[in-house]
Amino acid sequence: MARTSPPTPADTDAEAGGDPVLGLVGFAEVLRSAGVPVTTDRVAAFLQALDTLDVTSRMQTYWAGRLTLCSDPDDIVRYDLAFEAWFEPAQGGRTRVRDDRPPPAPKLASLAPTREGEGEDDEQEAGPEIKAAATGTEVLRSRDLAELSGAEREHLRRLLALLRPEPPTRASRRKRRSRHGEADPDRTLRAALRNHGELSDIRRRDVSRRPRKVVLLIDVSGSMEPYADALLRFAHVFVRRSPRSVEAFTLGTRLTRITRELRQRDAERALTAAGKAIPDWSGGTRLGEVLAAFVNRWGQRGAARRAVVVVFSDGWERGETELLGTQVQRLSRLAHQLVWVNPHAGKDGYAPVQGGIVAALPYLDQLLAGHSLDTLEKLLKVVRDA
Amino acid sequence: MPGSPAELATALRATGYLADDGLATAAYLAMQMNRPLFCEGEPGTGKTALAQALAQTTGAELIRLQCHDGIDAGQALYDWDFPRQLLHLRSLEAAAGVDGAKLDADSVEASLYDERFLLARPILRALQTTPSVLLIDEIDRADDEFEAFLLEVLTEHAVTIPEIGEIRATTPPIVVLTSNRTREVHDALKRRCLYLWLDHPDVNREIEILHSRLPDLPEKLAAQVAGAAHKLRQSDLIKPPGVAESLDWARALQLVGARHLDVESAARTLGAVLKYREDADRVRNQLDALLAS
Repeated sequence: MARTSPPTPADTDAEAGGDPVLGLVGFAEVLRSAGVPVTTDRVAAFLQALDTLDVTSRMQTYWAGRLTLCSDPDDIVRYDLAFEAWFEPAQGGRTRVRDDRPPPAPKLASLAPTREGEGEDDEQEAGPEIKAAATGTEVLRSRDLAELSGAEREHLRRLLALLRPEPPTRASRRKRRSRHGEADPDRTLRAALRNHGELSDIRRRDVSRRPRKVVLLIDVSGSMEPYADALLRFAHVFVRRSPRSVEAFTLGTRLTRITRELRQRDAERALTAAGKAIPDWSGGTRLGEVLAAFVNRWGQRGAARRAVVVVFSDGWERGETELLGTQVQRLSRLAHQLVWVNPHAGKDGYAPVQGGIVAALPYLDQLLAGHSLDTLEKLLKVVRDA
Repeated sequence: MPGSPAELATALRATGYLADDGLATAAYLAMQMNRPLFCEGEPGTGKTALAQALAQTTGAELIRLQCHDGIDAGQALYDWDFPRQLLHLRSLEAAAGVDGAKLDADSVEASLYDERFLLARPILRALQTTPSVLLIDEIDRADDEFEAFLLEVLTEHAVTIPEIGEIRATTPPIVVLTSNRTREVHDALKRRCLYLWLDHPDVNREIEILHSRLPDLPEKLAAQVAGAAHKLRQSDLIKPPGVAESLDWARALQLVGARHLDVESAARTLGAVLKYREDADRVRNQLDALLAS
């Protein structure tokens, strides 16, 4: 899909001769290029909504669009910006669209603002990043994954794409027909009805198996950079294989959900999209805080409940490890199994002595290496059997 | 039927539900466009209460479907009452035995799959009841198959029962879906809905809500509870309190006879607002800061 630069109100007005409908469709185009997935049926709903409302009211126009074109809290942030840009060009008096309401909790959970007197020694590097993260719109450091090269890497990519991850399963509450198991009154009676009320045999039903949720948390901070590309590809294969039951997030200076991006079929596109979504590529890390953000925003609500949670990280923690310890503990209470994959764990002479790993270790079900294709395959087995 | 979002907001206010512009517009559009309203937001921001308030305003019956893991069409739509069907069949046979008449298979079958043996579950009931508000609560707990099945019902406002035929709503119900975002709901479902993200109310609105729900609540106490709840939401708790918790808290304070919120009354009633030990420990140590203003 070729994407041209978004039209400006002036362009479209000239084209449309002032037709308001075309103007609104142009607005939809701006939104689309801002990253809101606007489909034509959504635009149709938008126009229909405007038909029902008072188009001359700025408030009603705003809500007509927000209710029909957005489908996610992240969309709303982008929508607000696009709306202001389109309906209130910069030269006009800038009235604020929304009053002093706080922005909706974004899925790209910003971290808590920097606390004074904590980890002063790395403030220089982490300070501005965290502050920027708190604004929620910036791209701290982005990197084009397509620029990676090297024959071996290319080869590894192909091998990674060939992995066939199997999600673990769990018993479902939904029963299915079976020869064994408990009697199924519905089907037994239905069969009897067909048989003029003669109960000839008892039909049975048994529990069915459903895929268990899997959550991949990938550390993309500087120290994990050499592995990040391979791990994201690994995540892509996993998400593609079971798009409904696998969630992927990156951990850096903040938490980023990349499941949506990784659902695209094409690996390169998916990785480019994920790379764009990750604002803190190979920046610093505050593992404890980012894990807390994950557990609060996602884990506790359901994503990690009774799931197999895999953390890919070297456990390098700048700050206090106490927070990391409590968050890993919370995560292990929520999860069915908690697996930690540390690329360094596969190296000779490795001992889990770094502060972060020591704090996490008591709560882990397994600590695995993840530095090679072999070890990633082993991980797949562990996840499948979880 | 209200003629504008503002009119609807006024009508909702009369039931004690305070809707802001966005919420009123969303509910108004849902009614005018016959589209389901998909409400997402933090727990305790009034998603379920919205459906209740809409039912009350429009004088419609509220029909609620609570979703859960493994919910299927039989629990949501309709089912046949097999035991009664069997009894009916037996009695037909017994009657035929007495008369010596022969049973006609077709008419027996027709009588077995009669509407009186149909057990209407919430969705079918909502289609048959006019007017009605159908609340599909916590859709994120159901699974994908169930979402796919909802698509047809929500766009056609009709269901097809093989033995009977199509049952279509004379007036489509107002449908409210809620989700706590424990899982991403399929885009195909969201596309058919209006999307409303609900935030926690600001302090002033929360004070209004407290007043409208608890008319006996002293003004000072309402302001203190709303202010403290607002601070709690910003202090990075495991489970920040929703409006429901503020209401519980205010009620609890009234019950223990507190006239205003001080360290002592707050400590005694903290269990109404905070539901995690870690949160309670943390806040208990900083009650002074929380109540200072």
